[in-house]
Amino acid sequence: MKCTNMIEELSGYLDGALSPELRVELEEHLSKCKRCRIVVDTCKKTIDIYCNAEAVPLPEDTRSRLHSALREKLQHQRRA
Amino acid sequence: MSAPKANPVNVSPAPSAASVRPTIAGPIDDELQLVTAARAGDISAFESLVNRYERKIFRLGMNITGNREDAEDVMQEAFLKAYQHLPEFEGNSRFYTWLVRIAVNQALMKLRKRRPNQVSLDEEIETGDDSFFRDVEDWGPSPAERFEQTQLHEILNSAISELDPSFRIVFQLRDIEEMSTEETADVLHLSVPAVKSRLLRARLKLRQKLNRYFRRSETA
Repeated sequence: MKCTNMIEELSGYLDGALSPELRVELEEHLSKCKRCRIVVDTCKKTIDIYCNAEAVPLPEDTRSRLHSALREKLQHQRRA
Repeated sequence: MSAPKANPVNVSPAPSAASVRPTIAGPIDDELQLVTAARAGDISAFESLVNRYERKIFRLGMNITGNREDAEDVMQEAFLKAYQHLPEFEGNSRFYTWLVRIAVNQALMKLRKRRPNQVSLDEEIETGDDSFFRDVEDWGPSPAERFEQTQLHEILNSAISELDPSFRIVFQLRDIEEMSTEETADVLHLSVPAVKSRLLRARLKLRQKLNRYFRRSETA
């Protein structure tokens, strides 16, 4: 396997979606190629960091606007 | 599988979908009860659902539109539409997944209004690009922990906002909202191979953009 083939299979590898044969082939390549190991590792960390980042609390004014708009529209809709 | 020999970089062996995707935290047990009550006209039950998901829907709006004002509109319109269409919610999926689909449609409409000639989800994506091997540097074991929460959020927002919309939407749905490839394809009216291709490129481009913050040499 070449580095460019590894890149094409990277998502499948990270998602655990490769066939066992292809996974073995890719891991053999990784055992010999430091550059690809770093790409795999940092790509996995990229996904983990985004997945684990909590959504920030809404700014209070944004939240207040959302709730008052919804309350007004929902009550209006309920009466209609 | 055995770990690669002489591996100076710690790549977790045999990563699985579960290792990449943490399970969604948060109570979903009573979600159905809240939805049922809201469908019966209980506004406070619907407000509980809003309280539960407002942050995530706002983040989705921010990540797709890249604009705070638009994200606020997307959030408001998504919740309002969800309430209006609650009778049509059949419970075949989680309420949150259904809400995400509504919010994505609202966000796409915003994007298209703002940049009618620049947002095309189905254009061909160039392949065979070897630029993904630029900026290949080790990040160390816990790169995100080197930053305070606020700073980390700024970094993540900045990196994702630099992506082309067609990449960041797919990344948002697949990796952040944890939708399947098929669900993502369905929501965005793309083919499964197109979703896979965009996801790969989104992941690689984000990795590259984050490299300037997380590489070891930056803090060593």
